[in-house]
Amino acid sequence: MDPLRQPETAMSSDAALRAYVPVQGADVRAEGVSLSFRGARPAHVLDAVNLSIRPREVVALIGPNGCGKSTLLRVLGGLIPADTGRVLIDGEPVTGPDPRVGVVFQEPRLLPWQTAEDNVRFPMQLAGWSKARQAARSEDLLGLVGLREHAGARPGTLSGGTRQRVAIARALALEPSLLLLDEPFSALDALTRERFNAELLRLWERTGTSIVLVTHSIPEAVFLADRVVVLSPRPARVLAEIAVDLPRPRRLADMDSALVSSLAADVRAHLVDTTDDSIAMEEARLAAAAGLPPGVVPARRHAETEPGTPAWFDPFRPEGPE
Amino acid sequence: MSAARRPGTRRLAASVWPIALSLAVFLIVWQLIVFVSGFQSFVLPGPLTVAERFVRAWADGMMWPHFSTTLLEVLLGFALGSVVALVAGIGLARSRLAERLLSPYLVAAQATPVLALAPLIALWFGTGLFSKLIICTLIVFFPVAIATMVGIRSVDKRLLEMARSFRASSWQIITRIEVPAALPAILGGLRVGITLAVIGAIVGEWAGGDSGLGVLINIARGSLFDTPLMFAALMTLALMGISLYLVMLAIERRLVGER
Ligand SMILES: Nc1ncnc2c1ncn2[C@@H]1O[C@H](COP(=O)(O)OP(=O)(O)O)[C@@H](O)[C@H]1O
Ligand SMILES: [Mg+2]
Repeated sequence: MDPLRQPETAMSSDAALRAYVPVQGADVRAEGVSLSFRGARPAHVLDAVNLSIRPREVVALIGPNGCGKSTLLRVLGGLIPADTGRVLIDGEPVTGPDPRVGVVFQEPRLLPWQTAEDNVRFPMQLAGWSKARQAARSEDLLGLVGLREHAGARPGTLSGGTRQRVAIARALALEPSLLLLDEPFSALDALTRERFNAELLRLWERTGTSIVLVTHSIPEAVFLADRVVVLSPRPARVLAEIAVDLPRPRRLADMDSALVSSLAADVRAHLVDTTDDSIAMEEARLAAAAGLPPGVVPARRHAETEPGTPAWFDPFRPEGPE
Repeated sequence: MSAARRPGTRRLAASVWPIALSLAVFLIVWQLIVFVSGFQSFVLPGPLTVAERFVRAWADGMMWPHFSTTLLEVLLGFALGSVVALVAGIGLARSRLAERLLSPYLVAAQATPVLALAPLIALWFGTGLFSKLIICTLIVFFPVAIATMVGIRSVDKRLLEMARSFRASSWQIITRIEVPAALPAILGGLRVGITLAVIGAIVGEWAGGDSGLGVLINIARGSLFDTPLMFAALMTLALMGISLYLVMLAIERRLVGER
């Protein structure tokens, strides 16, 4: 097979999938989760967010820029503790980075000095798996995302979409029952992105995880999710939950149906008074607070542009948050 | 791998002839200065005189013990200094408090010339290998520690969060993310460090000692009045420094060249 064509083919090969054992999807509950950032730029980000995700459900979070979607995802995965409220997975509280959760970030976040396969093995190495178990699992995972041929490639030589597949395989490494995806395909062009969404659904059918997915795209949310959760501008609250009763398996061709259009309109109606304007207003407020005319972004100070600069090279550096 | 190496070899071949040319020009100009000025060979020996003395000093076994003493001091001193600096650099990178507490001493240690400290170190620790190792450590420490600290500080925070999401321990974050990610910076610091270690060993030998190329230079000048031998020792030292630098460079290429 022409290796350059490989990224264009389907994510999964049937031979690989037969060996793949699905997990039991997680039952997730967020109960009254609130969170504020303190420090240099204090912000109230999450305001008593309640969510519940049934086993194997796909939930899409949608909301204006900067409203707290990524932060909510981090709280669900135990990367940041909530100020108040709690997150339960299968009834057990999440107290820190959680073995039952796999996270796919907005950027692939691969280790550039390691091959695709070593990147997939990374979580297994951290968990102290035997070499043989690592090899078997990484082979299954690379097959699952259609990347067996690229096992030995460095991330730098792979396309953006292929890198994100490696990141997805890595997130699935320790057999999580909940997969969190933060705008996973937002860096891809529109057509590639549609295809990746279709592949993500096939992958989900095979792995059996519950999924919480952040997206900016209404059609994407409707296509992927069983339920779309609309969040308010910061601080994020749940404004509406819209059930998507489209049959599965779904195809991209189904996306033009009248039902899809009416669902998308429903989501948009809840978003309508919250989007772009509120972001512009927030920026104007920040600029005004810094004493600048509207539209002027405050300049960064010299010392902030070099994060690694030792203190004694710049005794006038302001105390930053650590 | 071989496809990546071949253009490298060609580039190496292409870079050899300008070096050979500049070396030839240097030797000719040197010989011309000696020829035109008529300096005696105890002031400025010509390249042929030096080459002859160099070969004789190696052939009759005079150079070897001094060479091996200095090489041992450099290698051990560099290893010791690098290990201490690496550990300190990691500590400084991870703790602002450690940085605040230690930075005045680091700067003071760096601002005080090692040359001026050497007699004191010889007084306290004698004129054996140990005092040379201390001097090498002092001189190697700063660039390696700073390179390590800056390298680790500038590691992408998003990679750290990714590792944390897979429940990496602090030790795993250091060994699997921070040090590998900072490796290009650390190796850059080590490359500077290895040449400084040579300086440290010679400074140590000048402060006292009975073997080593620095000692040989002193003997050749002070008691033997053998200026060509001085030049031969100098040449040995230069070749040692260059070789060590090239070895470090090769290690660097091997470890991070493909990034
Ligand atoms: N570590 C942090 N410290 C302070 N403020 C933060 C931090 N992370 C995010 N924020 C702020 O919290 C808000 C929500 O951020 P985020 O969850 O990333 O939004 P989004 O919905 O776009 O993913 C933003 O206003 C952002 O500036
Ligand atoms: Mg975000």
